[in-house]
Amino acid sequence: MKLPFSGWSLIRLYTILVYLFMFLPIVVVIILSFNPQQFASFPMQGFSLKWYVQLAQNEAILRAFKNSLVLGTLTALIASAIAVPAAMAFVRYSFRGKNTLNTLLLAPIMIPEVVLGVALLLFIRWLQQPKSFALLLAGHVILTLPYVLLIVQARMVSIKRVYEEAALSLGASPFQTFKEVTLPLLMPAVLAGMLFSFTISFDDITATLFWATAEHQTVPVRIFGMLRHSISPEINALGTVMIVFTIMTPLLAGYCIRRFSKS
Amino acid sequence: MKESRWRPWLLLSPSLTAIFFLLVVPVLFVVVYSFWLRAPTGAAIPAFQFGNYARFFEDLFYPTILFRTLRVSVICVLLCLIMGYIPAYFFYRSTSRYRQALILLIMVPFWISFIIRTMSWINILGANGFLNYTLMRFGIITEPLSLLYNEAAVLMGLIQYLLPFMILNIYVSLEAIDKNLLEAARSMGCNEWQAFREVTLPLSLPGVSAGCLLVFVLTAGTYLPPMILGGPGNEMIANLIFNRVIGTLDWPFGSAISVILLLLLGCIVWTYNHYLGINTLFKAFKS
Repeated sequence: MKLPFSGWSLIRLYTILVYLFMFLPIVVVIILSFNPQQFASFPMQGFSLKWYVQLAQNEAILRAFKNSLVLGTLTALIASAIAVPAAMAFVRYSFRGKNTLNTLLLAPIMIPEVVLGVALLLFIRWLQQPKSFALLLAGHVILTLPYVLLIVQARMVSIKRVYEEAALSLGASPFQTFKEVTLPLLMPAVLAGMLFSFTISFDDITATLFWATAEHQTVPVRIFGMLRHSISPEINALGTVMIVFTIMTPLLAGYCIRRFSKS
Repeated sequence: MKESRWRPWLLLSPSLTAIFFLLVVPVLFVVVYSFWLRAPTGAAIPAFQFGNYARFFEDLFYPTILFRTLRVSVICVLLCLIMGYIPAYFFYRSTSRYRQALILLIMVPFWISFIIRTMSWINILGANGFLNYTLMRFGIITEPLSLLYNEAAVLMGLIQYLLPFMILNIYVSLEAIDKNLLEAARSMGCNEWQAFREVTLPLSLPGVSAGCLLVFVLTAGTYLPPMILGGPGNEMIANLIFNRVIGTLDWPFGSAISVILLLLLGCIVWTYNHYLGINTLFKAFKS
């Protein structure tokens, strides 16, 4: 028995309204990016791609895009290289202080990014090191580590131990067992974690504002700088590119993961 | 099995090293710096005094920002709860074949850049934005309303950012409810609403509380929405920290404010952990 019809249709209507709230601003960004006028405003006076052309010629943006891509990729690689063994340790072994350490590794989710930003910057200032790409990378690894750990750990729990024990009893070394048995089974989660880590790194703004140098700006930092002046159709065009890019990345990656795990 | 004694530690060593040098030590530095003094030249002088904390609470200016941060966080939690529970319940009960697609769709904003989502509200709420344009078009108003640069605008940005966290947390705990319990409730003569009130709602509370905590913590540390959508009077504590550290280079004072924020959130997270266990918080991420 369902709810009385009116009750259920109210719930449905409510849900639609929530979706509208979530997506209207995003749709408007995309629409306004085709506005030929100087300012991003209604009513629109035609349709033009000129802001996209201008964007493609904007050196600073292109450089920021390159920075973001390199940073995101390296962050994903390092974060997963650190998180996979940690997940192994937490799922496969029991040792003292396990829960505390697990919570410690998840702490970056709960600590405000501003505080993390200040903390790391303060530390390298004390070490008398200048801000650098390495700082940005280290910071992003710490920001994304908990998410990769959570994803990999959840998958690790569901991989039966007997497979590993079988390999071990057949004479494989622990490392061989990991390489031949555990890792292939874990791969979809590792790739998902890397993807998550890439996206978080690509997106991050608050902590990155603390760590970024003038020559190592990321796309969000660049957008932040542009917003100081006014909201122009060029930012909307950039926003549209970002929206398409960030939606396509998981879709493409999801497709690749499925292909990969089949073969 | 002597080997397996040290193996977990070997496996953990890269992540623990990273977290130690990039999180634990830097945060300790913030705590230490918060007691230091700032020389007129701007340099930080090692000391042990509580002047920075006293300064925070002396003038009403700073506690007001702290209070505002708390108020906005609570309002944001409540609004996210009101806006999030019903869609999550809809996912849970819907038999529509688009259900999976709809759940996936609510995840989409997660992937879209935070700064893009925040700035997108300028297009909606601005003087020449979508809302004013629509209202004027239909003759409801004649002059554009000033909808931007106030607390409501900040809340809009925050909710759009945080609502998926709330919806997913509630949905995950709803999904975990044994459907037999509902059948049982109904066979005992409960109607739909009573079954919801007596069975579904109480069993979904862990997800609700996890969602609330996450939204609260994320709001309290937020920097971008007040910066971009708020006016001069809508600063939150993260903006204050940023301005002290990057703007006026007052590291000791900025550190003291950071410690205050950390203590505040620490108390809340500790209370939550004490009663519910911190692990309940991460369920939604694992699904």
